[in-house]
Amino acid sequence: MSATGNRRYVSSDRRVREDRRFVAGKGHFVADIELPNMKHVAVVTCPHAAARIKAIDKRAALAMPGVHYIVDGAELAAATLPLMTGLDTPNVPRRPLALDVARYSGEWVAAVVADTRALAEDAAEAIEIDYEALPFVLDAEQALEQGSPLVHEAHGSNVLLDKTFVWGEVEKDFAASPRKLSLRVKWGRSSTVPIETFGVVASWDPWRDMLDVHASIQMPRYADQIGIALKIPATSVRVHHDVDVGGSYGVKRGIKHTVLCGYLSRRLGFPVRLIEDRLENMRGGDAHGPERLFDVEVAFADSGIVRSMKMRALENVGAYAGRSPFQLGKPIGAIVGPYKINSVEYRAIAVVTNKTTQDAVRGFGQGPTNLALERTMDEVANVLGLDPLEVRKRNLIRHDEFPYLIPSGTTYDSGNYETVIAKVLADAGYEDLKAERDRLRAEGKLAGIGIAACLEPSGGNATFEALLNPAITTSTFMDSCRINIDGMGAITATMHTPSSGQGHETLLGTVIGEVLQVDPDVVHVTRPDSLNSLPSGTPVGSRMAIMLGGAAFHAANRLKAKLTAIGAHDLGIPLERAVYDAGTVSDRDAPQNKRAWADLVQIAFRNYHRMPQDFEPGLAVEHVYQVPTGGTLPTPDGRVQMYPCFSFEFHLLLVSIDPELGRPEIVRYRLGHDCGTQINPKIVRGMTMGGIAHGIGAALYEEFAYNDDGQLIAQSFMDYLLPSSHEVPAVDIVDHETPSPHTVLGQKGSGESGYLGAPAAIANAVNDAIRGLGISINTLPIKVSKLGDLIAQAQEKTKVKKGN
Amino acid sequence: MRIELNVNGTVHEIEVEPRTTLLDCLRDRLDLKGAHAGCEHGVCGACTVLFDGAAVRSCLMFAAQATGSAITTIEGVTPGPGELSPIQDAFCETHGLQCGYCTPAMIMAAHALLAGNPAPTREEIVEAISGNICRCTGYAQIVEAIALAAERMRGVNRPRSLTE
Repeated sequence: MSATGNRRYVSSDRRVREDRRFVAGKGHFVADIELPNMKHVAVVTCPHAAARIKAIDKRAALAMPGVHYIVDGAELAAATLPLMTGLDTPNVPRRPLALDVARYSGEWVAAVVADTRALAEDAAEAIEIDYEALPFVLDAEQALEQGSPLVHEAHGSNVLLDKTFVWGEVEKDFAASPRKLSLRVKWGRSSTVPIETFGVVASWDPWRDMLDVHASIQMPRYADQIGIALKIPATSVRVHHDVDVGGSYGVKRGIKHTVLCGYLSRRLGFPVRLIEDRLENMRGGDAHGPERLFDVEVAFADSGIVRSMKMRALENVGAYAGRSPFQLGKPIGAIVGPYKINSVEYRAIAVVTNKTTQDAVRGFGQGPTNLALERTMDEVANVLGLDPLEVRKRNLIRHDEFPYLIPSGTTYDSGNYETVIAKVLADAGYEDLKAERDRLRAEGKLAGIGIAACLEPSGGNATFEALLNPAITTSTFMDSCRINIDGMGAITATMHTPSSGQGHETLLGTVIGEVLQVDPDVVHVTRPDSLNSLPSGTPVGSRMAIMLGGAAFHAANRLKAKLTAIGAHDLGIPLERAVYDAGTVSDRDAPQNKRAWADLVQIAFRNYHRMPQDFEPGLAVEHVYQVPTGGTLPTPDGRVQMYPCFSFEFHLLLVSIDPELGRPEIVRYRLGHDCGTQINPKIVRGMTMGGIAHGIGAALYEEFAYNDDGQLIAQSFMDYLLPSSHEVPAVDIVDHETPSPHTVLGQKGSGESGYLGAPAAIANAVNDAIRGLGISINTLPIKVSKLGDLIAQAQEKTKVKKGN
Repeated sequence: MRIELNVNGTVHEIEVEPRTTLLDCLRDRLDLKGAHAGCEHGVCGACTVLFDGAAVRSCLMFAAQATGSAITTIEGVTPGPGELSPIQDAFCETHGLQCGYCTPAMIMAAHALLAGNPAPTREEIVEAISGNICRCTGYAQIVEAIALAAERMRGVNRPRSLTE
């Protein structure tokens, strides 16, 4: 099937099969799971930014009714191994409970097991811990300084990673360019903050040597990591993949929660459950996102064509390494965005501080990088007095230049950026938008237009690990599908990971239905547990449409080939004369001779004498699918193809700011979006809109702010502000479809769409609005209070000048 | 303490701790798992149920405070096993959800709105769901679902052509 061929189900406006159970409140979330004799866990957290744990007095708490057990870091560390991290930093061990030293406010120090969650919380308050407060550091630049407090003394510095890549003749390009500018941009610490917090139920069966795990998880190699940390074979860990996950967008990686609960269940002999409350989720859940400081320098011509770029990215990863430093690696695969920048120097630095540990967040670092790139493009336009749209157009990779090799060694698959932009402008009318901006300005508002042209790398092979840690040689990142037609002719397909709202059951049904030419709704989808699963990389990096879709496509074709061969054999015709059509195999030359679905099933299951020689009985197939561009390790100078597909998004919006309040209001929002073939347009649109909403949050509202004492001051949804329906405007989305040549249906990823460009576009709009006051703002989030003060100060200055 | 709770038209006599929230009581004691805990401090709205017809946050009140009132949960507005109400069906039609965690509460908010306003404007829908945070959808397809449900419910008793 070609990407542009006739499709029966792919890209049609079909319902999402998962929705029925959710609208009835019949999802199967981890907090809905109650096992017999299950007890509940609450954690005790460190109140200091850094402290030595001198003594833990559990006596009063243990004496309380309903309390079964209290575990501390020393006991847990003696029984388990530190959690897996990505970088080679053996002296930065990460454990579920702090051992001797706690390194951020909110870090878990002990855990209580009681009959109910409420009793466990009561007991947690009764545990007395003697702390010795230690010096701490919160700011990434300060953490780099000589003499800064060390977060991990044994590591000898706060630097986990400091790696410089040079791709191409950067210095030569800088020397040859008539113009340069530099810019400092900061992406504030926020995250995805799903409405469902992380939760896990662990249940150890000593008679079967089996740890059953139900969790709201989105994590590659989860079962492996549990087994390693608990020092039990992976065959003794059974992760149930049929748990519905109430949103994740990257962060649901509760490995420390799981190891803690797994240990407790093994120690105590009954199931235990830990469901984070909102404070635990936001403070000690280890689910913060990037906090990244960029210093960007670009060399460019008077025409606005950017020749070269130097980018330094300093990431404040928080107290422990986790996987977060790798979020500096992914953007290398799209380091020049949609532009033809000839050479790049990229320095990636990750430092530890006394803040909450990070984990993967939607885009895995691409959103912050896109912000830095797109703010820079606007500033190039600004210094040249050119229109920012025009500057972008001059730098864009053109449709006829694909496949396009960028300096960091990645070849972009396909794109038609100029057409996407032209479609948006045809719809929006750029001149009309400017006129509307000017009208708002005439009314006394500060108004600005924001543009962002961004890429979404998707479906990658995770070689950012090898790129930043040469000790890692992983280049495989697969997904799988098994399809079985049973003896009655019904179709069951499997996937091997939980989902968190992406509609993967619908994806599988649609792709298999398309290949087998049967109604997708008759394809039953199940999720075997981890012991019965084929390898799956889980829904990370906008990969499932590409990877699970690819696995399902190939498995279904394998099944179709088997059905066709059985039919041909039974018809007594050569294989090439057999035609498969919607489950029936017929003779091309005599179409009245055919075998229907039921006949083929009858032969495969009950009439071995009619099967082609050496065929396995039954109709079971499977396919394990590797990233379509394969897996090649990075070159010594750090050139690599991590991602096969690159979706494109073009944001165009108009912001109006009341100068008295400093509150940006998004008046118009249009998006051009190209993720290749859309397998289910409802799902793609929903994810894109959700990404924009999340991006609005990151740009204007959401921040895990700390005070000078190292306390997280955004501790509730009254301080950490998630966009409500009032903050998210109506968005006109203009779709375009440039198929990827690498994927089975031309599809690309869309799980991170919207989010990867919205913050950049909003920041550009705000800067366009306030530029006339002689000010700029390059730190996200652009909170009302900050922007209001900035505007007021600028207006004050103007008044003073006028007064003079 | 012993309380009487009228939930989805059935009166239950339950022994609860005085500090038990209505949300915990519904989920843990009555096994009604459709209302969800999101923030447990009254901001996200994932625990929304109807309290004498008004959308309220069940995490912010004690079970004991609900005595004498009619509580309706998502289970109470689902017509029957495998059957969907017009609002639930409209959410499926527009895909006004993704992970499904905020969805039952969103639908309860929609029920409260449409019970008093059969023809809401976009602004009225936005206002009615503004106390319910959805992290997945950006709200567009939720607003469309509620508008579609309203339209369909208004149209139930109007004459139409046989082919419609």
